[in-house]
Amino acid sequence: MNAKGSAGALSAPGILFAVLGLAAMLAPFMTLAANRIVAGDAIVAWRLAEPGVTLPGLLSLAAGLALGLLAAWPRIRMAGAALGLAGLFWLLMAGTPHLLAGAGEYARVSPAAGFWCLLAVFILLMSDALGNLAPGPLARAALLIAALAALTLVLWSGALSDLSIMQEYAGRKPAFIDAFVRHLGLAFGSLAIAGVIGFPLGILCHRRAQLRGAILPVLSFLQTIPSLAMFGLMIPILGWVGQTVPGAQSIGIAGIGFAPAFLALVFYSLLPVVGNTVAGLAAAPPVAIEAARGMGMTQRQRLLRVELPLGLPVILTGVRIVLVQNIGLAVIAGLIGGGGFGTFVFQGLNQTATDLILLGALPTVMLALVAAIAMDILVDLVRTTPEATA
Amino acid sequence: MRIGTFLRPALTLLLLALVLRPVWFTPFFAPFAPAGGPVIYERASLLSLSISHLGLVAAASAAATLVAVTLAILVTRPAGAAFLPLSRTITNMGQTFPPVAVLALAVPALGFGAGPTLVALFLYGLLPIFENAIVALSTLPPATMEAARGIGLNRWQQLLRVELPLALPVTLTGIRLSVVIALGTATLGSTVAARTLGEVIIAGLLTNNTAFVLQGGLIVGLFAVLIYDALVQLEARLVRRTGG
Repeated sequence: MNAKGSAGALSAPGILFAVLGLAAMLAPFMTLAANRIVAGDAIVAWRLAEPGVTLPGLLSLAAGLALGLLAAWPRIRMAGAALGLAGLFWLLMAGTPHLLAGAGEYARVSPAAGFWCLLAVFILLMSDALGNLAPGPLARAALLIAALAALTLVLWSGALSDLSIMQEYAGRKPAFIDAFVRHLGLAFGSLAIAGVIGFPLGILCHRRAQLRGAILPVLSFLQTIPSLAMFGLMIPILGWVGQTVPGAQSIGIAGIGFAPAFLALVFYSLLPVVGNTVAGLAAAPPVAIEAARGMGMTQRQRLLRVELPLGLPVILTGVRIVLVQNIGLAVIAGLIGGGGFGTFVFQGLNQTATDLILLGALPTVMLALVAAIAMDILVDLVRTTPEATA
Repeated sequence: MRIGTFLRPALTLLLLALVLRPVWFTPFFAPFAPAGGPVIYERASLLSLSISHLGLVAAASAAATLVAVTLAILVTRPAGAAFLPLSRTITNMGQTFPPVAVLALAVPALGFGAGPTLVALFLYGLLPIFENAIVALSTLPPATMEAARGIGLNRWQQLLRVELPLALPVTLTGIRLSVVIALGTATLGSTVAARTLGEVIIAGLLTNNTAFVLQGGLIVGLFAVLIYDALVQLEARLVRRTGG
């Protein structure tokens, strides 16, 4: 990094990205394995196919990194990131059939370290440029939708369907959809229950300092219990409930499966919901409360018309924390038969089948990222137009 | 926290008994064990599992603290300011990665055993510490910094005698968050063949032995709660001393 003299024109993070990106281009881009279990041979990007095919991809990677250097034009840096991402997928799509040709019936190709590092570099470049552009919430929502649409199109077109992870998917389509639905059910369902319990509890805690002092520490201790222990501890409790309460088993309450996972997630969700409700309600400026009281509002009217609307961004931030956290924690449900993407992760770990692990882990990471971005957009929308939420 | 004065020693004693004399609890766990099955986990000593578990967490957290604080110092200097927005983005995005996923993704790269667990704990542990250290170092009271410059401290002296001590409580909060997450992730480490207390829970889940699950869960849970509590106490003491 000897670009000190021109630091004004060159973006410092851009230089870092260029160095990392060029290094990653030398790393193995894909692996070719004889079957789904054995370790594969590493193949660098320029050996994926004949030069005429790989060259456009390699050039757009290099051009993307170069455009990322221009500190003064964040839009061009954005375009550079998009160009780089396009190059990555081009190489992936071009390399897969070429590597598989004549490699045997059970051969598997997967993206390797080089691909993942370059993907990270270009995504970081894009978010760095986005940070400079500082688009409003609606523009960010449009970008998110566009990115998801592009990804869906690539996956749906079938251009990547020969990749190993997509073959794992093809063999488990119904199970994957089931896991997806279960995962969402665990994450959003527990959030809903935590909301039903947590919001009123938060309002009560806001009004009574004593209650606040008693409940918040208990909830934060619940939060510290390691997830595997929490999920495990739910098993005897719900097993007992399932056996002693009549009718409990018929609605699916048992020691193993969905119920203990769901209950554990509800416990983890309570602290952010209650804590942020209390913080949000307390954030209303005393002057506003005073004015509301002066206008003759009752306690209930003050809550609904003043404190809740003013505290909504903070309360929604709590919801964001819960959602991202629960999407991640729901993976552990896979260990106690609760379903979700964790099923694939732990099956994959047992079989040492990397692509099965990825089939569980990648959608989880994607889901968590999308939830985080979408909730950030929502929080910004609420913050800029408080009257729209009343 | 008046409850704490008797609850804390009681829970500590319970934890010590659970780890050192598990046999004492046979009557308590027996109803949860399958008929004729083992009640107390004996495949490995609970003490050695605890030591290995806490050792992993301590090593990863120490390394994460060192690296994260160094990075936070670098990006809050004038020369590193260009990286400040980027580092915020990285911490925000990184923390949406579920710890389990980080652990699972470390396996293809590093294989099974303590290695991937240590790396996952380290990488994930960086983020809360880095985030809090940046907040602490970039929101120091301007009057204090002015005074530090005024009495002729050079940059190193400012950093070591003023900025770092003032940033310590908030940084420690980050370290606490990081340690709590690491304790939980280390428990999961036993799914990738690291020797941790999670082994007891996993063994219970695999053999349908709720007694093991309960035993492991209680030990891990008590460790987490007591360590969290100890760090909260330490922070409170530091805040009182620095007058923050």
